[in-house]
Amino acid sequence: MDSSGLGVRRALGFVAPALVLIGVFLVFPALWTLYIGITNYQLTGPAAANPRIVGLDNVVEAVRDPLFTNSVWLTALFVLFSAVLGQNALGFGLAWLLRNVRPWLRRTVEGFVLLSWILPGTVVAYLWFAVLSRDTGTLGLLLGSPETAWLVQYPMTSLIIFNVWRGTAFSMLLYTSALAAVPPSQIETARLMGASGWQTVRDVVFPHIRGHVLTNTLLISLWTANDFTPFLLTAGGPNHQSEVLPVLIYRQALEGGQLGYASAMSMLLLVGNLAVALVYVRLLRRRA
Amino acid sequence: MSPLWMVRRIGFYVLITLVLAFFAVPMLWLASAPFDSKPGLGLRWPDWTFANVAATFEHPYALTSLVNSLVLCVVATVVTTVLAALAAYALSRVRIPGRDLLLYLLLLLSSVVTGTAAMVPIFVMMLQLGLINSQFGTALVIAGGMLPAAIFILKDFMDAVPRSYEESARVFGASPWQVLGHVVLPVARPGVATIFVWAFVNAWGNFLLPFLLMRDVGQQPAAVLLRTLYDEGGSANLTVIPVFSLLYSIPVVVLYLFVSKRYGFRFHGGIKS
Repeated sequence: MDSSGLGVRRALGFVAPALVLIGVFLVFPALWTLYIGITNYQLTGPAAANPRIVGLDNVVEAVRDPLFTNSVWLTALFVLFSAVLGQNALGFGLAWLLRNVRPWLRRTVEGFVLLSWILPGTVVAYLWFAVLSRDTGTLGLLLGSPETAWLVQYPMTSLIIFNVWRGTAFSMLLYTSALAAVPPSQIETARLMGASGWQTVRDVVFPHIRGHVLTNTLLISLWTANDFTPFLLTAGGPNHQSEVLPVLIYRQALEGGQLGYASAMSMLLLVGNLAVALVYVRLLRRRA
Repeated sequence: MSPLWMVRRIGFYVLITLVLAFFAVPMLWLASAPFDSKPGLGLRWPDWTFANVAATFEHPYALTSLVNSLVLCVVATVVTTVLAALAAYALSRVRIPGRDLLLYLLLLLSSVVTGTAAMVPIFVMMLQLGLINSQFGTALVIAGGMLPAAIFILKDFMDAVPRSYEESARVFGASPWQVLGHVVLPVARPGVATIFVWAFVNAWGNFLLPFLLMRDVGQQPAAVLLRTLYDEGGSANLTVIPVFSLLYSIPVVVLYLFVSKRYGFRFHGGIKS
């Protein structure tokens, strides 16, 4: 008997309700994506009533579709620059720099970073319209070029900077707790031996937090690749220039009504997510 | 106090100031625009007025949508917290056959299967079940998406509750429900609170699922209405948007202040290296 006195049967009863919800609203849709993805199912019209199985035609069509390849490329850029490089570096930088500053300054900086993370997405979209819009936008005023419509002229760069602002908090929190586990004596020794800040980070700190770096990079990459907030800022425009995968899938499915085709793209996104997660698991194993 | 030291010190504070500005400047709009007589998409010193607030309260859907958000969010959050606590406790204490595989799958599910990747089948499923425009249905979908991560985080907290407490309680004849309610949950309260706040903030801000599943404007939560105000009639309703954004943000800010005062906004264990 276990310490709680539950017994296997009652324990299963405790786990079951959660598993039912996960099964119905997460696992089943994920599997169904695979099925809808091989049909020509549409939102309206004849193919809505009697969808036909078309096999892998959707996948072949997607791979040949310039809109899809464009979208995969943009998603890769978005993940690489805003998450893997941007949030990772700024999050670590903040955790490192804020170690030894006065508590009030630390709380203030952390407070704003965290707020940018937890404010609702729709509100955050307006905040950034106010920064990036033409004529009255804050960035235009600061740089003295009010005629620039940043979201129209530099949509992808805007989204990347926006996402660094939006998501750095998680990396900062994770690296702060990771740094707390690095023995201070080792950092002190490195300093006494004349190591520069960069050398200390590379040779003393990094070996301790390698697992955290991997975990963090995995999570923020997946979140960024699946983030729907770009829809609120640019809705994929202008002319598909910022149409990352989640936005493309939404537009194909709900605006274009191509449910089968959009599902095939979702399936490719799921496969991509899974591949990234498995690569990460292997990297983590190799370390252990 | 060498000159080099001074330069580095100044450089350090310039850097901190720039980072602080990067994060804080976008938020200033939330303080100025709601009280400006001519609010726009840009930052300026407001020409103070409370007329926008009055206009927002008179908007036919503004307050209803906040109530809708609250209902949606409370249902999703309570369902997530209660079911995750039960499941995490059982998984932490009892060696159910296949437990390790289940935990591994939950971890993968929590990050690999996302609402974005599964939006088409979720939409089709709810359409066929007749659950489009159902607050409760949408709340359950949101809860289903949050549960794997919630169980995973809570299990760490449950693992940290000493087993000897439960054993003593059982020696005195407590039933399993009493053990859970009177011994385990009070000890694991910081973990349960973490999940509650995390689930609330997530559900409160969730845009995609209500946007897909709540098509009737009278039923829509604030996240969706706020977006509608932008597209409605081809131009943004700038009288209502800033005040409404502020009202909609308040619960999240209050929760944040509460958590950082009570527990400190930190990762405790939880994330394993």
